Amino acid sequence: MAGALNKALADALEADPGVLVFGEDVGALGGVFRVTDGLAARFGDARVFDTPLAESGIVGTAIGMAMNGLRPVVEMQFDAFAYPAFEQITSHLAKMRNRTRGRVGLPVVIRVPYGGGIGGVEHHCDSSEAYYTHTPGLRVVTPGTPDDAYRLLRDAIDCPDPVIFLEPKRRYWAKGEVTSSGSASPGPGFDRALVRRAGRDVTLIAYGPMVATALETAEAAAEEGWDVEVVDLRSLAPFDDETVCASVRRTGRAVVVHEASGFGGYGAEVVARVTERCFHHLHAPVLRVTGFDTPYPPPKLEEHHLPSVDRVLDAIARLQWDDEVVGSARA
Amino acid sequence: MARTRAPELTLLPSEEPLSLLREDGSPVEDSPLAMPDDDVLVELHRRMVIGRRFDTQATALTRQGRLAVYPSSRGQEACEVGAVLALREQDWLFPTYRDSVALVTRGVSPLGTLTLLQGGWHLGYDPYEHRVGPQCTPLATNTLHAVGFAHAARVKGEDTAALVMLGDGATSEGDTHEALNFAGVWRAPVVFLVQNNGYAISVPMSKQNAAPSLAHKGIGYGVPSVLVDGNDVAAVHAVVRDAVASGGPVLIEALTYRIEAHTNADDASRYRDSAEVAAWLARDPVDRIEAYLTSRGLLDTARREAVAAEAEEFAAHTRAVMNADVEPDPAELFEHVYATTPAHLREQAAALREELA
Repeated sequence: MAGALNKALADALEADPGVLVFGEDVGALGGVFRVTDGLAARFGDARVFDTPLAESGIVGTAIGMAMNGLRPVVEMQFDAFAYPAFEQITSHLAKMRNRTRGRVGLPVVIRVPYGGGIGGVEHHCDSSEAYYTHTPGLRVVTPGTPDDAYRLLRDAIDCPDPVIFLEPKRRYWAKGEVTSSGSASPGPGFDRALVRRAGRDVTLIAYGPMVATALETAEAAAEEGWDVEVVDLRSLAPFDDETVCASVRRTGRAVVVHEASGFGGYGAEVVARVTERCFHHLHAPVLRVTGFDTPYPPPKLEEHHLPSVDRVLDAIARLQWDDEVVGSARA
Repeated sequence: MARTRAPELTLLPSEEPLSLLREDGSPVEDSPLAMPDDDVLVELHRRMVIGRRFDTQATALTRQGRLAVYPSSRGQEACEVGAVLALREQDWLFPTYRDSVALVTRGVSPLGTLTLLQGGWHLGYDPYEHRVGPQCTPLATNTLHAVGFAHAARVKGEDTAALVMLGDGATSEGDTHEALNFAGVWRAPVVFLVQNNGYAISVPMSKQNAAPSLAHKGIGYGVPSVLVDGNDVAAVHAVVRDAVASGGPVLIEALTYRIEAHTNADDASRYRDSAEVAAWLARDPVDRIEAYLTSRGLLDTARREAVAAEAEEFAAHTRAVMNADVEPDPAELFEHVYATTPAHLREQAAALREELA
């Protein structure tokens, strides 16, 4: 996936001279995860460059550059490192179009490597999506596969609005074919969810790092006779009600899976939307499988925090309390 | 007066604020600053008088309930007008909420300037039309926008400088320091104008800053720094003009005073005494330039009356446009959140339409 992101950045820099890539260590080092590897050498340090170590400065200057006609793509290095930039993101980046009644749009992409599962120490493993999705004016997207990483990042850079681009860092090394090329590649659309695996009994709603976990769970569930559908949200904001609700209406059961803490989390929004729109199709409450409501744990305990295949399977089992209804749903 | 070459900008600001006019309006003979041309001085005076009248009118509109709130810049006209008129056409201004006089000096209409405070919308003008960013309410965040904007201009090969205005309180915010650091490293053509008016709402300078001056804060970032008399419009104009011409970052601290309270909602008598206000009233920036221009024969009674009449006319126009009842279109709530309106906002717009039907 890191390679797909690198290719997307390179192709975007090639396609548009207004695109700039900057942040901490993105130049000579190529980023701590090597996502920007080789870009400074290829495009020069006027377009791909290291900044002082200051996240508010990175986002704040990106806002000024975008006001002056450029398309900055900035890196926050790690999820929790973005918090010093929170004011710039919420008070200015998200609101500039609205404040100026549409006169000033900010085509800025903020790349945030997020989530756990890599044995990182504290402040390196947060899932901060709910902070961003709660902010009107921001688009928040996260890829679940290498192919989608390429496509979503190209779309994000082309987008006239600011995009929080959450990169699931535990999937950086995931292998997968990248079939997309160019921003106009056929796809579901920038703000559409995708059914990654069709199934009839239960819908697993996942995104980012949990897409792989959900697909794995679906395979395991198949052995127990449950036909599980997996929806990859891709775009957390705006939310694709249409695709998600169509799936849940087919299956009548749903589980939302994410790494972030559950309380006040993004999953609560998904459950609420699904319940409001699909209540009469539901055979069981919509469940969540999330990280615990604790600060992200130290590396030796993170396996207990992160949603596992077993935990998702348990949730699916809890939905199957009415075999008769399951039977009629299958009919 | 013959224009001398602009002094070399240094990291260390002068101990005493630079000035061109003494408090009584007599010229400072040995100032390192070059006195602006006569026609510039006459124009600075005119705009200060108009700006002050506009400011008084806006305060009055608050009492009439036409504005939700108004932060007056009375006493700071030399900074507002002197700096803005030093900008070239292509330069950009990044103002704060207190800089309404700077906006009208830049050519933004009274209605455009006051829309934010009137509550009609968050912004009443097109930033690209006037090269003026939205008035910034969070403190110091606009400093970074100015640095980014100026850096982008350089990347694009454009000769554009950015002037960002901030107050003394804003120098305590982290963004000011990140912006000075970025500007220093990038050598961005950005001018930071700190209007030190003595108080951050009620907190005095003594509780805000331990450095010899706010201008000293540029030293650590490699940003040349200037301390200027902020009630001397000739001096403010000269330092901003020279800073823009330098092509690199400059930090300017202008020593001035806010005659009115922080806003109409504030009671300044709780934190500063009347003797202090009286002392600053005696250093009035408009009186000072008037005394100088009069002594030079550049301002007579007829001219003074003509400028006053123009200011009255501007105030009357301001009253007229502000006395119209504003009824913003609720549908517009949903139009400018994203470039295209997503489904959930279309649903909410429809629900509101139905509610209003």
